Amino acid sequence: MIIKTLSERFFATDRGSSIFFSLLLLVTVLVPTLNLATGEGSFLHIPNYSVALIGKYMCYAMLAIAVDLIWGYCGILSLGHTAFFALGGYAMGMYLMRQIGTRGVYADPILPDFMVFLNWKELPWFWHGMDHFWLAAIMIVLAPGLLAYVFGWFAFRSRVTGVYLSIITQALTYALLLAFFRNEMGFGGNNGLTDFKDILGFDLQAQSTRVALFIATAVALGLAYFTSRYVVRSRLGRVIEAVRDAESRTRFIGYKVESYKLWVWTFSAVLAGIAGALYVPQVGIINPGEFAPINSIEVVVWVAVGGRGTLYGAALGAVLVNYAKTYFTAALPEVWLYALGALFIGVTLFLPQGIVGLISQLARRRA
Amino acid sequence: MNELPKMKNQTAKIFCGLLLALSAICANAQDAAEDAAPATVLPTTYEAMVAALPEASYDDKELLLQKISQSGNPQAPNLLHALLDGRLMATEAGKVYISQSSDEALAAKNLSDAITGAAVTGVNAESISPIGTNNRLRKGLRALCAQLDLASADADARSKAVQSIMRDLDEAGTAALRARLPLEKESSIQKSISSALALADLQSADANIRLAAVETLSGDISSEVYNGLTTLITKNDDGSFTEPDLRVRTAAAEGIRKIETRRKAYGALETLFFGLSLGSVLVLAAIGLAITFGVMGVINMAHGELIMLGAYTTYVMQLLMPQHIALSLFLSVPAAFLVSGLVGVGIERGIVRFLHGRPLETLLATFGLSLVLQQLVRSVFSPLNRSVASPEFMSGSLVINDAFSVTYNRLYIVFFMLIVFAALQLILKRTSLGLKVRAVSQNRAMARAMGVRTEWIDAATFGLGSGIAGVAGVALSQLTNVGPNLGQAYIIDSFMVVVFGGVGSLWGTLISGMSLGVVNKLLEPWAGAVMAKILVLVFLIVFIQKRPRGLFPQKGRSVEN
Amino acid sequence: MSMTSIGRLLSRGHYSAPPPLDLSHNIVLYLEGISVSFDGFKALNNLNLYIEAGELRCIIGPNGAGKTTMMDVITGKTRPDTGSAWFGQTIDLLALSEPEIAQAGIGRKFQKPTVFPNHTVFENLELALAGERSVWKVLFAKLSPSQIARIDQVLETVGLKDHRSTQAGSLSHGQKQWLEIGMMLVQEPKLMLVDEPVAGMTPQETEKTAELLVSLAGERSVVVVEHDMDFVRSIARTVTVLHEGSVLAEGSIDKVQNDPKVVEVYLGE
Repeated sequence: MIIKTLSERFFATDRGSSIFFSLLLLVTVLVPTLNLATGEGSFLHIPNYSVALIGKYMCYAMLAIAVDLIWGYCGILSLGHTAFFALGGYAMGMYLMRQIGTRGVYADPILPDFMVFLNWKELPWFWHGMDHFWLAAIMIVLAPGLLAYVFGWFAFRSRVTGVYLSIITQALTYALLLAFFRNEMGFGGNNGLTDFKDILGFDLQAQSTRVALFIATAVALGLAYFTSRYVVRSRLGRVIEAVRDAESRTRFIGYKVESYKLWVWTFSAVLAGIAGALYVPQVGIINPGEFAPINSIEVVVWVAVGGRGTLYGAALGAVLVNYAKTYFTAALPEVWLYALGALFIGVTLFLPQGIVGLISQLARRRA
Repeated sequence: MNELPKMKNQTAKIFCGLLLALSAICANAQDAAEDAAPATVLPTTYEAMVAALPEASYDDKELLLQKISQSGNPQAPNLLHALLDGRLMATEAGKVYISQSSDEALAAKNLSDAITGAAVTGVNAESISPIGTNNRLRKGLRALCAQLDLASADADARSKAVQSIMRDLDEAGTAALRARLPLEKESSIQKSISSALALADLQSADANIRLAAVETLSGDISSEVYNGLTTLITKNDDGSFTEPDLRVRTAAAEGIRKIETRRKAYGALETLFFGLSLGSVLVLAAIGLAITFGVMGVINMAHGELIMLGAYTTYVMQLLMPQHIALSLFLSVPAAFLVSGLVGVGIERGIVRFLHGRPLETLLATFGLSLVLQQLVRSVFSPLNRSVASPEFMSGSLVINDAFSVTYNRLYIVFFMLIVFAALQLILKRTSLGLKVRAVSQNRAMARAMGVRTEWIDAATFGLGSGIAGVAGVALSQLTNVGPNLGQAYIIDSFMVVVFGGVGSLWGTLISGMSLGVVNKLLEPWAGAVMAKILVLVFLIVFIQKRPRGLFPQKGRSVEN
Repeated sequence: MSMTSIGRLLSRGHYSAPPPLDLSHNIVLYLEGISVSFDGFKALNNLNLYIEAGELRCIIGPNGAGKTTMMDVITGKTRPDTGSAWFGQTIDLLALSEPEIAQAGIGRKFQKPTVFPNHTVFENLELALAGERSVWKVLFAKLSPSQIARIDQVLETVGLKDHRSTQAGSLSHGQKQWLEIGMMLVQEPKLMLVDEPVAGMTPQETEKTAELLVSLAGERSVVVVEHDMDFVRSIARTVTVLHEGSVLAEGSIDKVQNDPKVVEVYLGE
C-alpha cells in the first residue's frame, strides 16, 4: 500500500512515466543513429549485437509490463505468462517460416523444411494463410488472446484464486511445453521454427531491417506502456486494484470481479503475445523451450525487482535483470543461477516493493 | 543311435550335438559315447573327470559332462550350473574351482572347491580363468542342468527346469518330463509338465492324441503353448493347413482365443500395476507437500529439490560403503530424512516464517531457493546425472506368467510408499507432535493460548514434510538417474496430486496420486506417453476450476472465509 | 459438464439487468424458510423475516444466532440449503450473484470495516458510486460534475471532507466505519444492511450515526445488526431477536425486552 502513496508523492506528476518515455525516445533515436551512422572504429559506435540485445530487452520489458498489469495491479500471480509470449512468437515464426519458400534446404515451395523431413505431404490446416502478414498479425493477437480468454473464463468464474491459480497457470504452460515438443503438433517439435530469411520482403540479415525491427519494437513498447498506463489510471484500473486489495468488497458494491479479471488477463496475454512476436525475428528462432515454466517465473522476478504496481518499475526490472543475466552468463556462468536465486529470495524478503519502492523510500527519508 | 560314430566326423556334427548330449541319458547311449572316443581314454572317477575338464576338447567336454551329470555326486548340479554361467574356474595346474561370480575382478573372492564344495581362500585372481564353452556345449549343458534340476528338492529349480526343457522340446526332454510327472507333488509344476508333454504330443501322428493335447493346452498363456497352437492353424505355402484335422484346428483356434482373452486380462493387470507403481511414485513425491502445503498452507517450490537432495544422499551413502549396496540403501532412508528434514527446517526458519500469510511471496522465495539448491548440487557433484546402483533384491522381476511379470523395484516402491504413508499417519494421529501439528493447523491462536510453541511446531512440521521428500528421493534414486533436475520434474505433478486430492487430506493425496498414476498408464497405450501426460494435466486444470477444493475438501465456515 | 450447467455458466457471463424493484405490496424483503448448515451446524434454521419498505429494523441476538449468515444469504455470499429470498415482488435473490444483488439495490456495510486501503477516500467513493459497472464502460468512464458534487456531499455527511485525498488504509477505525457508510450512501441502495455500525465509535459519533440512519429510513429500508442496546433503543421502531438461526421474538423494543423467552436467552434462566 505504501508504493502508491510514496510513488505518487515522489513522482507527483508521474515522473516515472516521464522518465520512461524520455529514455525510450532517446534509445529509439540514438541507438539506430549510432549504429548506422558511425563507423566500426568510432568510440560512439553501437555494434550490431548490442542493437539486437537492446531490442530483446525491450521485448522483455513489454512482457514484464504485461505481467505487472495482472500481478502488480490485479493481484493474480501468473506463472505461465511466457505461454502467451511464446504463442505470439510461434504465430510470427509461422509467417517467417512460410516466407522461406524454396530457399529452404529441401526447396519445397509450400512445406517448411521440418515437414518435408517428417515426410508430410501437405500443410496442416492451421498453417494455411500464414504466408499473409495480415493473417499472421491477427493470429499474434488472437492465439494468446483466445487461450487466455478461455482459460481465464473457466478459472475466474469458478473463483480459483491465489496459489491455486498460480499453480494451474504453471501447469498450463508446462502442458504446452510438452505438446510443442511433439513433432505431431506441427510446430517443428524440439527444434522449433528457425532459419528465417525475410520479413515483409526485407532481408532479416540486413542491418537496416534489424534497425527497423528495433524501432518497431521501441514504438510497440511505447504504445504498450501508453495503453497500459491509460488502463491503470482509468476507473477500470482502480477497480482492478480494488479487486487485488479486497475482492469480495468489490463484488458487494456491484462489480463483476470475474469479468474485470478476465479483461485484464486477456489484455495482458495479448501484450505478451505481441512482445513474443517482435522477439522472434530479432533472435531468429522460436522453440518449445520458451514455454518452460522457469521462464515465466523469471519474468515475475523482473517485475518484483523493478517494483510491482508501477509500470516503469516492471520495465526497469526487466532491463536490469536481463542485463545482469547477459553479463553473468558470459563472465561467470556458474554464478548466474545463484544470483538469480538470491534475487528471488532477497527481493521478496527485503525489497517487497522493488527498486522503485526503495528509491521512493530513500527520497522520502531525504525530504 | 548306431549312426552316431559315423556322424561324428561329419561337418554336420554341430547340429546333432544337442541330440548327442541329451541322448546320453539313455542307457544305451553310454556305449555309443564310449565308442565315440576311441582316441582318448576318458577318466571314470568324479574327481578325475572334473580334473580333466579344463584341458579336454569341446567334444570330450560334452562326454565328460554327461558322465558328471549321471555320477550322482552332490556337487554335480553346482558344477554344471557354474560352467553354464562361466563361473567354473581352473588354474593352470588343473585345479578346478566354482566361483560365485563370473566377474573377473570378483571371481577370486568367493571360491569353493569343485569336488568337495569346501570354501577356498588365498587363490590369486591372476592365476584362474573360466573354463571355456561354446554354443553347442551350452545348449547341451542347459538340457543337462534342466534334467538334473527336475530331480532337485527345490520346487523353484524344478519349475525353472520344466520351463527350460519346454523351450527346446525334444525326445530326451520329453522322456525326462514323462518320468518326472508321476513323482511330482507340486501341482503347479505338474500342470506345466502336462503342458510340456501336451506340446510334445502336438507332433504326434495320431489326430486324437493331438486333439487331446490341444484341449489340455487350451487357455495356457505361456508363449510356447501360444506358438505351438498358432502353428496348427497356419497355412503352408501351398494353402493347405499345417494341421490336417479340422477338429484339431477348431480346438486350436478356440484355445488361442482363450489364451488371447486371458492375455488381455493379464495385460490389463499389468497396466494396472504400472499405474499403481507410477501412482506410488507420485504419492511419495507429493506426500511431503501434503504436509507443508496441505497442513501448514505453505507453498514450497523447493520441494522437488528436497527430493533431489534425498536422492543425492543415497548416492553419497553408496560412495561411502560401496561393498554394501543393500545396507547403504537401508541406511539412506534415515539419512535422507535427516538431510532433507534439516534443510527444510532451515528453509522454514530462514525464509518461510518471515513470509507468513503471504503465499505468493513464499512461492517466489522458495522458487529462488530451488534454483540455488540445483546450482549447488551442480557445483558440488556435477551437472551430469549420477546413477545409483540397485541392490540385488531390487533387480530382476517377479514372473507370474508369460503375460504378466512385475519388476521388483516397482513392486517394492508400492510397498515402500504404503509404509511411508502408514508411518506418516501414525505420526500425525498417534504422537503428541502430530496432535500439536493438527492443533496449530486448525487454530494457531488457540493452540498458542494452550501453550503450544507454534514456532517450534512450524519448524518441526516443515522439517517432517521435507524429510519425507528426502525419503521419496531415496525411492526415486532406484528408478531413475540422479541429477540436478530430478526435483523439477516432480514439482508440478506433486502440486497437482495434492490439489486434486484436496488440500489437507493425506488420504486424498494417496487416492489422487494412485488414480492419476493409473489413469496416466491407461491413457498411454492409445495416446502415447507425452500425450497422456498432457491429457492428465489438462484434465487437472479443468478439474481444479470446477472443484477448487479437490476430491476430498475440508468443510466448514472457517474454510469458506 | 451438463447442458444446464453450461447454460448457467453462459447466462452468468451476460449482464442481465435485474427487473426494477417492485414494492407494490409494501414489502422490500422476504426471507422464507431459510436454512443454512455448515458441516451439520445449523447457522440458520427455517428463518422467516419480512422487511417493509422504508422501515428501519434492528436485529439483535447472541453470538452465533445467525445474524451475519443471514446477511450473507441476502447478499448472495452464502447459498441457503432451503428457502426463498425475494427482493420486492419480482427479484429472486437466490438466482443472482453478489454483484447483481448489489446492482439490484442492496448495499452492505460489513462488521469489520472493509474499504480499499490503497485508494484515496475520494476514489473509494467513486468506485462505490451508483452507475456504470460493465468493464468497457468503466474503462472510459469519467466523473460528471454532478457525480463529483454528489461525492463531495456524501463526504460532508460522513465528516471526511478533510480526508478527501487520504489513503483509506491510513484512516482510523472510526473513520473507516464512516467511509464505509459513505460508500453505501453513494451506492444509493433501496435496502441497506448495516452490520454493527457503531463499534469503535465515540458516543458523539454514535449519536450522529443514529441520526443518519433514522434520516435514511423512509426513502429506503435499513436493517441494522447491533449489540449496543442503547443504540438500538435510540433508533429502533421494530426489533427482531434471532436465536439459533430463527426468529425468537419481534416487536417494539419494550415488548421484546420484556419477552420472557428473550430474557432467558440473554440472561440464561
